[in-house]
Amino acid sequence: MEIAEELAKHQKAISVAEFFEKNRQILGFDSAPRALITCVKEAVDNSLDACEDAGILPDIFVQIKKSGEYYQVIIEDNGPGIVPEEIPRVFAKLLYGSRFHALRQSRGQQGIGISAAVLYTQLTSGKPTRVISKIGPSRPARYCELLINTAKNEPEVLKSEDVDWERPRGTRVELEMDGSYVRSRRQSVYGSLKSTAIVNPHARLTLVEPEGNMEVFERATESLPKKAYAISPHPAGIELGELIKLLRYTDKKKLRVFLKETFSSIGAISAQELCNLAGLDPEVLPSDLDHEAAKRLHIAFKQIKVKSPPVDCLSPIGEELIKAGLEKEYRLDFIATAVRPVSVYSGNPFLVEVGLGFGGELEKESRIEILRFANRVPLVYQQGACAMTHAVEGVSWKNYSLSQPTGSGVPVGPVVLLIHIASTNIPFTSESKDAVADVHEILVEIDLGLKEVARKLRRYLSRQSVLMERREKEEIIRKILPRIAKKLSDVLAKDEPDIGPVVAKIMGNLLVFRKVERVNGRLSVNILVENHSDLLRSFKLHEVLAVQADRVTPEARVISMADGYDYHWKLSIAPGKSAALSYSVAADGVTLTEPVIEGLDAEIVTGARVI
Amino acid sequence: MEKSVEKKEFELARSIEKEEKSKRAEERLLNLADSLYNQFLLGVVPHITLPSRTKANIEYSIKEDVWVYGDQETTRSVNTVRGAKTLLKTVHLAELLIKEHLKNNRGSTLREIYYISENWDIAKFHEQAESDRLIEDLEIVTTMHREDFHVRPEEDGAAVFGPLRLKEQTRRGEKEMHCQEDVGEAGYQIPFNVDNIEFLNHDAKMVMAIETGGMYARLIENGFDEEYNAILVHIKGQPARSTRRIIKRLNSELNLPVVVFTDGDPWSYRIFASIAYGAIKSAHLSEHLVTPSARFLGVQPSDIVDYNLSTDKLTDKDLQALRSELTDPRFNTPYWEKQIKLQLDLKKKAEQQAFAGKGLDYVTKTYLPERLSEMGII
Repeated sequence: MEIAEELAKHQKAISVAEFFEKNRQILGFDSAPRALITCVKEAVDNSLDACEDAGILPDIFVQIKKSGEYYQVIIEDNGPGIVPEEIPRVFAKLLYGSRFHALRQSRGQQGIGISAAVLYTQLTSGKPTRVISKIGPSRPARYCELLINTAKNEPEVLKSEDVDWERPRGTRVELEMDGSYVRSRRQSVYGSLKSTAIVNPHARLTLVEPEGNMEVFERATESLPKKAYAISPHPAGIELGELIKLLRYTDKKKLRVFLKETFSSIGAISAQELCNLAGLDPEVLPSDLDHEAAKRLHIAFKQIKVKSPPVDCLSPIGEELIKAGLEKEYRLDFIATAVRPVSVYSGNPFLVEVGLGFGGELEKESRIEILRFANRVPLVYQQGACAMTHAVEGVSWKNYSLSQPTGSGVPVGPVVLLIHIASTNIPFTSESKDAVADVHEILVEIDLGLKEVARKLRRYLSRQSVLMERREKEEIIRKILPRIAKKLSDVLAKDEPDIGPVVAKIMGNLLVFRKVERVNGRLSVNILVENHSDLLRSFKLHEVLAVQADRVTPEARVISMADGYDYHWKLSIAPGKSAALSYSVAADGVTLTEPVIEGLDAEIVTGARVI
Repeated sequence: MEKSVEKKEFELARSIEKEEKSKRAEERLLNLADSLYNQFLLGVVPHITLPSRTKANIEYSIKEDVWVYGDQETTRSVNTVRGAKTLLKTVHLAELLIKEHLKNNRGSTLREIYYISENWDIAKFHEQAESDRLIEDLEIVTTMHREDFHVRPEEDGAAVFGPLRLKEQTRRGEKEMHCQEDVGEAGYQIPFNVDNIEFLNHDAKMVMAIETGGMYARLIENGFDEEYNAILVHIKGQPARSTRRIIKRLNSELNLPVVVFTDGDPWSYRIFASIAYGAIKSAHLSEHLVTPSARFLGVQPSDIVDYNLSTDKLTDKDLQALRSELTDPRFNTPYWEKQIKLQLDLKKKAEQQAFAGKGLDYVTKTYLPERLSEMGII
């Protein structure tokens, strides 16, 4: 026997289940605390997906109990339930699921998560996973005890029977596994559920911790997120291999029809244009295209401009709910949000949303908190390896009033950043779904989203500093200046000086300053109007006199009234400039009332009454 | 009999002079208040303009041979909360000095003034350095000295020992004493107002200002003052105004050369600079306090090499201070440039006490005689 033949005897297929049994870190079960988090996350993701599909407001109950040397994890939802025949395969067969083939946004994709938890359960505690599911009030609930046959990747059903269950519908899973329960940091069951609650404000999540403490993350909204629909692939960035596959297996008989029906965003005109560019007959049978022709078509795809993929394949959280979610879990002074338009990488539509919370009780001296989400699922591990973190590090935050001690990297300040990527296919760096890969198109979109909220933050902060300055000036004027004036009059034994003119200067007000002198039995009146603001001020100044005045300079309009005369001047004074008015009036029996300004706000005028 | 008449006349003249000074101080403080008051009337944002008290703004006055403030000015105005509060505090302080001190002929120490401000509400001082600085500001604005406002520092224990007889006007009458025969081992304690002293006679050939108490005691124990007819002044670290004033008076009134003996580190050079050139913080008083002819005796960086002294490493702060001295106009002389650069190369510093490593008499028998003859003083 030849060596190759000898070797061939030992070659055999490896079951996926066996593979993951030996490589559990790939699925996120590499440490005891992490196993619990991953298990809860997978079960909660499934529940949320199922509820959304069924149009039900999710109400998910999670309990973690100590059970001997193991932890018991219970997850119960009010979802649509699973038909009895499917239960074993959904929970105890890897790579079994309904979402892998659909181009639609959902949390789960590959059908691995929950079965991996079942696998981990049987590996560590040796116990089967118990599932109860009920699909309607009139149906019985089905109870199953399941293991996975790892050699075959097939479910092994230990028990399957109908039972009574008080819920109208829903699913309950109980797993018993090796683990360790931690709290008080983000990488914990508590932290992960808190993050989940932020981006799923339509869900109520209840957590009962091992010590019996109960935490409820309440809903912030009663409306379900918009349902995401399945779409056809988008032509932008599709790979050649994928195109060849589609051409070969299509049932369409004409290239023109194939292009129009297979891809989203391509109509009759674009299809014709593509054929022209590639030099292909629109009526040709798609499967007849050889490699060379497919390559020309692929090049043509890159040359034409097609519109963005339809948004309805994606389900963004939306600005309002991002705001509600952040408000719900943090106490903040300011929130800015940004939702980017749909964009495409390698034929997959995606969309980036960013929320920024500032101030409140956030730590001022430490690095900002980054909450990363992919299809509404929080990412808690491998922050440093994620495209979202890299995009944050790439922004020059100093330009936006946040400090970045080393010039780049995660900035420092009282900020929490929420970044959400929604896509029909999130490019994770590994199957444990901890970090998003550095895809250029995605990095660009995150960067734009970050800069949008950062600009809003900068505007907010500069407005705050203007207010601060105003408050500072108020303090000078109300508290300090009067005291200086009082002390000076004490020291010098003189009358307290009028602080009005100084106030006008400091506040940038319009100052009206009237000086009256008695000359030969007449009052000589001089009025100086100074504009200390940095804007042009236009207004009318009135002097109401009992008798007629003379030597009025500049000339004023006079309206005679029942008990006197209203002299008024129309004035327009540039910033930093002043105007001088004067007149003379008989002194006898004349009492001057305060000058009157018409046409300006009272706060910006000193030394006159404003009407 | 004749002497007592003379004495009475002297006292009368002194008290008239004092009264005049008080009057002048009061007048000038009132002028300051008045100018602020008028600024209100004229609608000018109230402010005070002062020379800026930084290294960049001191310049050499050829006329007086000392360093004084240049033309750079800073303005304190009520445009900011800080400026407004400072002006309010200034006015409070002026009121205290006029009404409590000058009108009632009372006085307070710098520390007491800091505590008095407790009752000034938002005008209260946050630390003593703040009130000290404001008093210096008032000295500059009024061109008077704080003693004229009856403000005195805490006694700092600086002392004089040597062949000198003097007479001090104390609150308990006149005291006459000899600074070797009539004093204890610590010497004659310098009072805060040195202008209450009259030098009667002396037998001295030089004045030696000494930084540390250890070296001062060593020189007294070894009888250096008697052997070389030296007036020893213990300056106790950074010298107080009174210490600098007495050195200045010994130099100018008795015509005695002054040498300064400190540790060999950048901080000690600043002590020398404040005696010989003036301090940045109080350059407005340079003419009153500075002894331009004072010379640096040691420890020089070159002594570290020449006498093979035991040393310590320069710390980062020391190095920084040395480099900063290279840009300080007061140290801009070939002598200092050479010494500072040498020390930057050595990266070492030496204390005065380092001479003890060669025997307790080494400093008085070898180092000081060698240095003093090198300097042409003996």
